[in-house]
Amino acid sequence: MTRTAHKYGMVVDTIACVGCSACTLACRSENEVPEGLSRRWVNQETRGSFPDLKMKIWSESCQHCENAPCVKNCPTGASFIDDFTGTVQVERDLCTGCKACMASCPYDARYIHPTGYVDKCTLCHHRITGGLETACETVCPTSAIVVGDLNDPGSEISQLLRKRKFEQRRTAAGTRPKFFLLV
Amino acid sequence: MQHSDYVELTSTRLNPHVDPALTVWGWEVPVYLFMGGLVAGLLFLYSVVVLLRREERYPTVAKTVPLLATPLLGIGLFFLFLDLEFKAHVFRFYTSFQFYSPMSWGSWILLVVFGVGGVQFLYTLAELEPFRKTAIGKWSVWGLFKKISGNTRRKLAWWTLILGIALGIYTGLLLASLTARPMWNSALVGPMFLISGLSAGTALTMLLARARAERDILVRFDLLLVFMELAVILMWVGAMAHGSEAGLEAAHQILGGAYTAVFWSLVVVAGLIVPAVLEVQSLRGKWPHTVVAPALILVGGLVLRLVMVQAGQSFGYGA
Repeated sequence: MTRTAHKYGMVVDTIACVGCSACTLACRSENEVPEGLSRRWVNQETRGSFPDLKMKIWSESCQHCENAPCVKNCPTGASFIDDFTGTVQVERDLCTGCKACMASCPYDARYIHPTGYVDKCTLCHHRITGGLETACETVCPTSAIVVGDLNDPGSEISQLLRKRKFEQRRTAAGTRPKFFLLV
Repeated sequence: MQHSDYVELTSTRLNPHVDPALTVWGWEVPVYLFMGGLVAGLLFLYSVVVLLRREERYPTVAKTVPLLATPLLGIGLFFLFLDLEFKAHVFRFYTSFQFYSPMSWGSWILLVVFGVGGVQFLYTLAELEPFRKTAIGKWSVWGLFKKISGNTRRKLAWWTLILGIALGIYTGLLLASLTARPMWNSALVGPMFLISGLSAGTALTMLLARARAERDILVRFDLLLVFMELAVILMWVGAMAHGSEAGLEAAHQILGGAYTAVFWSLVVVAGLIVPAVLEVQSLRGKWPHTVVAPALILVGGLVLRLVMVQAGQSFGYGA
């Protein structure tokens, strides 16, 4: 695992998230994601049996794994971990569209862009490197999405992860995701 | 699962070839994996015969196999090319080497196989009697290939022996390294594809061999491979069915799920057990040797890869 200057990750508060999908629309608009394709999506999980039902709603995307199988399996180096932010990025010019990354992602977070390369959430790399919030974080009406540097113990994300109980998705795949669900 | 644990997950994501189940690889990749394995088998047989200096005794392996290996690999690679979403970027496989990516290893292995196999193809063609009588066959350049053949035949055979095994292993390792798919993520998928590829190469050679002595030795070798493949398949299914929760659910695909019938009937029974019985009976002289056994081996090898790719990609780590 490479050590990076920063380690940007994301938390989604499942208690605050109402599933309004504003984040998915903001993402589409900010990143010019074509219609019919999604970098972000909203999940709704219902557990139990009536009347003892529990519902959990959360917005999800690429988990920007530390041990990213998409990066390891990319034959051309198109998928890589950005040295500065520690996020997983795709260099379009190097991508052949072989889809090994899609087959290796336990979160199915990637899709084929109509141009031919494989695309996914960049954690708004162009915004966070300029000190801005990600598009999804900006528009969230309940402030359920928090993006920040996990290397910085004073960041809001680090504090939330110290204070609140959280879950991670599909950890059995050994990917060390940087995506956390506050529960 | 208890009733109170019932979970329903709905998602707003509907990406093509991703939802509701991953279908990124169609027929092109499994057909390529089959042809890659088959060529690995052909290269292995040819190298062994050349290194043991048995060219006279096994003429099909020595004279026909090298003429098939490289063109078949070319056809397989064409299918792989068809699968690429960004075809204009195909050259990007050769602008880097990624140590952890079996696909990157594979691209470079294929390049060397083409080089070495291409030379073997050319000198075998140069030595082919009917070809020498054609207008092109009379060109002086063919003398050069005959010279290469005389000087380096055995050295090149060492190369193709190693490259053949590498090619056979990589086609399986390619799937095994994709950890998100529990059906593929097994150390046994590499050996399974290697053995199946060697068997497919042997079966194709069996179809072409005319001399009884040559055919019999190929049948014996194939029989050994079929038993090894059966053992590896059973170990793979067993390990998956006794492994993690994800493994258990993946194993269900071929143990009661959608791919059960095609896997056990076409891959295991028709593709391995039936040809093994036919091969044993032909060696004992009870039944005549026909094209049925090698044809079934080839079909079984192709269906194995189709099932592995389709069933494997459609199932991940669940909710």
